[in-house]
Amino acid sequence: MSDSMTDTNDTSRMNMIQAINSAMDVVMARDPGVIVMGEDVGFFGGVFRATAGLQAKYGKTRVFDTPITECGIIGVAVGMGAYGLRPVPEIQFADYIYPALDQLVSEAARLRYRSGGEFTAPITVRSPFGGGIFGGQTHSQSPEGLFTHMSGIKTVIPSTPYDAKGLLIAAIEDNDPVIFFEPKRIYNGPFNGYWDKPAENWSKHPGGEVPGGYYRVELGKANVVREGEALTVLCYGTMVHVCQAVIAEAGIDAEIVDLRSLVPLDIETIEASVKKTGRCMIVHEATRTSGFGAELSALVQERCFYHLEAPIERVTGYDTPYPHSLEWAYFPGPVRIGEALKKIMKDA
Amino acid sequence: MATHLRANLPPLSLHVPEPKFRPGDAVDFASVDVPAAGATRRPDTADEARSFTDLAYGLVRVLDDENRAVGPWDPKLSPDTLRRMLRDMALVRAFDERMFRAQRQGKTSFYMKCTGEEAVSIGATAALDADDMCFPSYRQQGILLSRGCPMVDMMNQIYSNRGDKLQGKQLPIMYSEKRFGFFSISGNLTTQYPQAVGWAMASASKGDTRIAATWCGEGSTAEGDFHSALTFATVYRAPVIFNVVNNQWAISSFSGFAGAEATTFAARAVGYGIAGLRVDGNDALAVYAATEWAAERARTNQGPTLIEHFTYRAEGHSTSDDPSQYRSAGEPTAWPLGDPIRRLKDHLIALGEWDEERHAAQDKELAEAVKAAQKEAEQNGILGHGLHQPLDSLFDGVFEEMPWHLREQQAQMLAEEEASGRPWARK
Repeated sequence: MSDSMTDTNDTSRMNMIQAINSAMDVVMARDPGVIVMGEDVGFFGGVFRATAGLQAKYGKTRVFDTPITECGIIGVAVGMGAYGLRPVPEIQFADYIYPALDQLVSEAARLRYRSGGEFTAPITVRSPFGGGIFGGQTHSQSPEGLFTHMSGIKTVIPSTPYDAKGLLIAAIEDNDPVIFFEPKRIYNGPFNGYWDKPAENWSKHPGGEVPGGYYRVELGKANVVREGEALTVLCYGTMVHVCQAVIAEAGIDAEIVDLRSLVPLDIETIEASVKKTGRCMIVHEATRTSGFGAELSALVQERCFYHLEAPIERVTGYDTPYPHSLEWAYFPGPVRIGEALKKIMKDA
Repeated sequence: MATHLRANLPPLSLHVPEPKFRPGDAVDFASVDVPAAGATRRPDTADEARSFTDLAYGLVRVLDDENRAVGPWDPKLSPDTLRRMLRDMALVRAFDERMFRAQRQGKTSFYMKCTGEEAVSIGATAALDADDMCFPSYRQQGILLSRGCPMVDMMNQIYSNRGDKLQGKQLPIMYSEKRFGFFSISGNLTTQYPQAVGWAMASASKGDTRIAATWCGEGSTAEGDFHSALTFATVYRAPVIFNVVNNQWAISSFSGFAGAEATTFAARAVGYGIAGLRVDGNDALAVYAATEWAAERARTNQGPTLIEHFTYRAEGHSTSDDPSQYRSAGEPTAWPLGDPIRRLKDHLIALGEWDEERHAAQDKELAEAVKAAQKEAEQNGILGHGLHQPLDSLFDGVFEEMPWHLREQQAQMLAEEEASGRPWARK
């Protein structure tokens, strides 16, 4: 983990919720301008406990509950940013971020550009996202493609507690607006896609070892979680763990790249990997058409065309709303990734 | 599509609002209720929001038909202050005239006047402190002019020229002037409302003494951001002033399409637990007095106020609009609240502090000042005549630091420009 800038020190085992909580705690202690706001984040500490204890520690003017109005939460955060604060608003589920799209896309993302740099929106929007929890249509979505399509906004998705804390600190300190999507399926443990087997927790995973103090994981840097020669797997969030499990089971020497931030994207790592392996598989939970995988596929095709030995494979959610009872048919799990692997490795 | 009629019930009918007058109609505004100046009570700034219903349906007016300032809302301003407000309003009108003409001459793509609404921004700005933060819509250019923003800077923005500090990135009149407490204008309506609340909440949370003020038109009150802003403001008692400029028209839609047939815009405040005042928006003294009152309420932690400025959009929505297509040409002159500049001028004359000669001389002086500023601004170029910003500057400011994909697109653009014989450089 050479790309981090750890100053302290003692590490301990944390799950992703604790790591996210720790990130906000650390930044709030360092910068009085950081404030946390959202539905149920104050006294209660958040429906996922991500803000537990922060109001008691930093007071009600820095950590507070809001009315249930997503456009209001983001609009108010933009105004606070214009004043000079560094707001960290929470949208309870990414599925409920749509009422705030106008404020995010038309305002936060463009404020620096349209004002010649006079006003900026240094806000970090935290929001639990992704499926695998029987969340049905409105507690499972992965809308990252909406934000990567909008210029002026950064999109970050961690896959481990260590990364979650380091990336969130970097996002909050970043002077541009950041959408920070937290894969809620892996809040408590690294999910390998086998929904019918006992859940794991973070206690044995190296990414569950988290420094207690301040460190950053730089935005725009991917993490090669497994080096390999046979093919490149591009993924992020929950799918990093699913891909690792499937690759291990298949016994294929794949290189697995956890993108960590989608915008800015670590194109160098992607390009170097695909040029080495000659094959590329892209995996995300979000629906397929115009999803972020389409952008990744186009970039790889443009930049690695003469190195490609097989068509690029995309394993994604289907182009349907996220279903409840048929969740494991929809989710790009071991079966679907396995079939794609066979296809892409057919002539290898 | 099947209907389900029951014999014992009359069929339902859909009400679609329709303005009273359309092109060609004779105009009679007798139905507009205009209470006498001085007749509306002035409450204590600490009064509870629920006690404001009569004010939300009334009309705060100070200038009476004899051009006197009367009643409890008379702000008792000095003649110097009155003359400064009159001058600012006349300057806004002169500026608008000149820039409208510049658009017609093809020197820029677009302009929006605020003719007839000058008192709304000038009266309010005069009552605010210079460091209170304004979140305007696109029709409050008076804030900038009265706070001393150089006209040349505003015109540079309108021309998107070399002197435009927004680098030609914004549509004309979408100013951003942090130094004058004027937030970057967005094309997206009412987004500034919750932003103003956030700014005010930040000020309060830091123990600051500054307050925020924001403006939108009556048409824009229909946006969801209006609701979210008022909800946030009341919940946190944010030190903010909401101004609704009810100029009767949202492009071609009359105020009935924002709900005005059933209630007033000020009355909406009461339901949120926010003090609501309705003022004669063509009476600069009433606007001043209401803003001064609301500012005191905000500054003493009594919370937000919504002020509906009852006025009339005397001209087209923008240079792209022709109001003769949807409303009677007789409306602007028949409007019962008159012209805000004429009313303040007549008041000063009635006080013996002004006269027609001085007014005419001032108008001439202002027209010349605007013309001189225009000449200076045009030295920096006008829209379409040449390349005023470096070609590759279009990538600046998307992010604080330019990421690789923008650097690549920038380099590609410059390479394509060069490969095709530098067409931009030739212009």
